[in-house]
This record gives sequence, C-alpha cells and structure tokens, in this order.
Amino acid sequence: MSILKVDNVTAGYTPESSILHGLTLELNEGEIVSIIGPNGAGKSTLLKAIFGLLKPTEGQILLRGENIAGMPPFKIAKKGLSYVPQVDNIFPSLTIQENLEMGAFIRDDDYSGTMEGVFSLFPVLKERRNTRAGTLSGGQRQMVAMGRALMLNPSILLLDEPSAGLAPIFVSSIFEKIKEINATGVSILIVEQNAKEALKMSHRGYVLAMGRNVMDDDSDALLNNEDVGKLYLGG
Amino acid sequence: MISLIVYGIIVGCIIALGAIGLTMVYKIVGIANFAHGDFMTLGAYIALVMVSIVLPWVGIPDTRFGPLSFGWRMVIAFPVSMLFVAFIAIFFDKLLYKKLRKKKSNAVILAMSSLGVAFIIRMLILIIWGSDYVFYRPGLLRPALFLPLGIRIRPDEIFIVCTAIFLVVLLHLFLNRTKMGKAMRATSDNPDLALVTGIDTERIISWTWAIGGALTAAGGILYGIDVQLHPGMGWNFLIPIFAATILGSIGNIYGALIGGFVIGIAQEVSTAFLEPTYKLPVAFMIMIIILLVRPEGIFGKE
Repeated sequence: MSILKVDNVTAGYTPESSILHGLTLELNEGEIVSIIGPNGAGKSTLLKAIFGLLKPTEGQILLRGENIAGMPPFKIAKKGLSYVPQVDNIFPSLTIQENLEMGAFIRDDDYSGTMEGVFSLFPVLKERRNTRAGTLSGGQRQMVAMGRALMLNPSILLLDEPSAGLAPIFVSSIFEKIKEINATGVSILIVEQNAKEALKMSHRGYVLAMGRNVMDDDSDALLNNEDVGKLYLGG
Repeated sequence: MISLIVYGIIVGCIIALGAIGLTMVYKIVGIANFAHGDFMTLGAYIALVMVSIVLPWVGIPDTRFGPLSFGWRMVIAFPVSMLFVAFIAIFFDKLLYKKLRKKKSNAVILAMSSLGVAFIIRMLILIIWGSDYVFYRPGLLRPALFLPLGIRIRPDEIFIVCTAIFLVVLLHLFLNRTKMGKAMRATSDNPDLALVTGIDTERIISWTWAIGGALTAAGGILYGIDVQLHPGMGWNFLIPIFAATILGSIGNIYGALIGGFVIGIAQEVSTAFLEPTYKLPVAFMIMIIILLVRPEGIFGKE
C-alpha cells in the first residue's frame, strides 16, 4: 500500500522552466526508497515539491490518497511528513535542545518522550544539549537536523543528501541511524549522491535523469544493473 | 561631562527601544522600516489622548507618584498605547506589506512603502493634534536631583532608564523562555527551515511587528515624559535609530541595545564641542563611518 505517491508531477522554480517533467514515484509503508541520479536531475527539487516549497504546475502528490500538492509546508508537517534539507538544516544560534523543541513546534502534546527517543538515538546530542548548534561539527549538525525532523513523530521522513559534506567515518554511521529510524516504522524517502551506499540500505530505488524517472527497481537489482553501475555508481 | 554622559544614557534608552524593534523587523520581516520613528510619535500621542481625555473621563484621579511628574493615568496609558501601536503595526503589515511579500517585492519597494506609511502617520498626527509642542502635564516645575560627581538627573529620568531596562529584560525572557519567542529566534536564524519545521511564519511576522511597534511606542512615551511631544519627534529619532541598528549589526537585538547607548552618549557628548543642533549630523556621521569602515557592525561575523 503506497503511503506517498508522486503522480505525473511537473514543477520548477519559475512557471516557464520546469525541472521535473511528469515524474511518478511511490513510497510504501515501512520502506526506505532511494532516489539517485546525476546532478541537476531534479532530486532536491522533487523533495521540495513534495513538501510544498514548490507548487507543481501539473500532477498530484498523494499522501494516503489525499492530494497535498501546493499546500503550505506547515500544514504538510501536521500531516506527519518531515523534511531534512541538504544545507542550512539547523538553527545555528539556538541550542541543540531548542532546535529539537522547534521541531515539535506544532505539537500541543507532551513531547518529552520523543525527545528522549532522539537523545537515545544520538546520545552525543544529550551531552551537549545546551550548546549552540552553530558550533557543532558537520556530523553532529546532521544529527541535530535529523533529530529536529523526528520530533514531529513523522510517519514519513524526506532526507536530502544526508551524507553530503560528511567525513567518510560519519557517512556509514548516519546510514546506520537511518536504518534504525526506519526500524521504528518510519517510511523514508532519501535523495543521495552516495548512490551505492544508499541503495545498499534501501528497499527500492529510482533513477532520475532530466526530471524524469528513467528506471525503478529493487535496490539489489539496481546495484547489479550494468547500465546503472556504469552511469551512476562509478563503475 | 559626566552629566552629558548620563543624559546620553537616558537618550540612549529611547534610541535603543526603537533600534531593537527596527532590527527585529529588518531581520525577520525583511523591511527597513522608515515608519518606525512615526510609530514612536504615534505611541506618544496615543498616551496623550489616554492621559488627557480618556482616563479623566473614566474617572481615574490625577495623582502623581512622589517626585515623578505622572501617576496612575500614565501607568495605565503606557501599556494601552504600546498595545495600540502593536496593532497598528500589524494592521499595516496585513494591509500592505503582506501583499508586497506575496508578490516577492524587493527591499527597495518595501522600504519605500514604509516611507509612505511614515508620511501617512505623521500627517494624520498633524491633522488631529496640530504642529505645536505639547506636554503630558503642562506647567509643572520638575526639579532635578543632585547626585554625587555633579550629576543632575530628574526623577522622571531614573524612571525612563528603569522602564527601558525592564522592557529589555522582558523581551530577553520572552525570546529565551517562551515557545513563540524561540520560534521567533528560529525564524530570524533560518526562515526557510522555520517554514519546513511547521512554524507559521506569517504569525511570527505579526508578533515581530507587534513587539517592534510596542517597544518603539514605549520609547516615544518615555521621550514625551522627559521632554515634550511634537509630530516630528519620531522622525527626528529615525537617523539615530538606524545608526544604532547598523552599529550593533543589523538583526542583532543586543547589538541594537549597545548601539543605542553609544549613539545616545555620542550625541550628547558632542554638544560639549558643537552646537546642539549638530546632534543629528553626529549620529549620521557615525552611521556613515561604520558603513565605510565596518559595514557589518561591531557584532558582525564576517
């Protein structure tokens, strides 16, 4: 059963020049789905369109069957979608704890349990909870960004290049954390440059090029596909 | 000299109250608000209406607190006027700036429309109250206290400094302890991420206008208590306010506070060497020197 469906979506930053051209993809309950493809294929644009930062000129974005295309982001967030942008994904002058509190901004219930959950996923954040997020290293910033997104208790998490700019030692640990988050029942749609690693941990993958979905299959099949290997996985 | 510095601190309080609001509106709403000084004037005149017409009519007695020049009427008028200007600021945002934001108008257009708002407010004040100088309480002798070191200060002026400090502490607590305050800092830090986090940024913008308007209204009333009311009073404060904002790094609330004191003291101390009419050029000169030498201000990062 697909929890999120992008149906024939065309979108771009100006009405004249579209970046996505009739793109279709699906995310099923409990899956990790990777979106890979070259720079400029529209990977980040896709996440922005799903999260209401861009209004598609054509097509639908269905969240459990309801069309959310063009809804303001704060309404989409209320429906259980969380998004971690690739860059500028923390509030630098706020402390770690305040960053997490902001993640729970739209929640009216007691979120201390969720915060404990985030702290047990990323123990280093608990130790440094009163540190300003702007002073952290790249890996820790990424943890704050993901922690902030998890404070909503989302059913779907959109991740834009979580490994970008991280030291290799952090890359595998961030991917481990993503798997742990998925194991708690969160469906995850992830855009990655680091295609091979991303496919290894995900259930299925989509290959994007020129704003279109050119291939989709199980991750293993994509990893073993010769064309995909040559073009996108670096041989 | 020490007297000049003390008086500079008093003027600095008023400039700082304006500059804090200006810097917040600039950072969060993205408008260099030229109407900020006229919000200040409006605040002072609303308090005048309260003190001289509304509250006597309601039956609040005309008391005075000890050596101060005002009593219960002003204590009531003060927050009412702050609230009124807060709503006026939100009103202009909904009427005008919100539409311009939707159209993604650039900074110059936003600044020019705020200049238009400035003229509208000032002309309305001129039409309603005329162009005379007025006092909250005319004909009152207000002797100064003589403190050690040859400092002369009026009791009212001690009240001004205390009120300014109280309001800044209140703002600090609001920004650091409340959910809305933290969301405001988050929006000022990273507006795109605030949007993604589910923070309704339009609501934050309204809060920002309200706080900016209320603080500058407070500055206007304090100036009115200290000196007098005049339709051009806020406009004359605009250059010192901008200078303080730029000096303290645009967007930095605590910088604006320090900037206010620096400009206030510099203006007053300059009267020891220059004609008092050169106070404004002094503020203007400081602003230009900062822009040339260190455009990011004293608390800027780059």
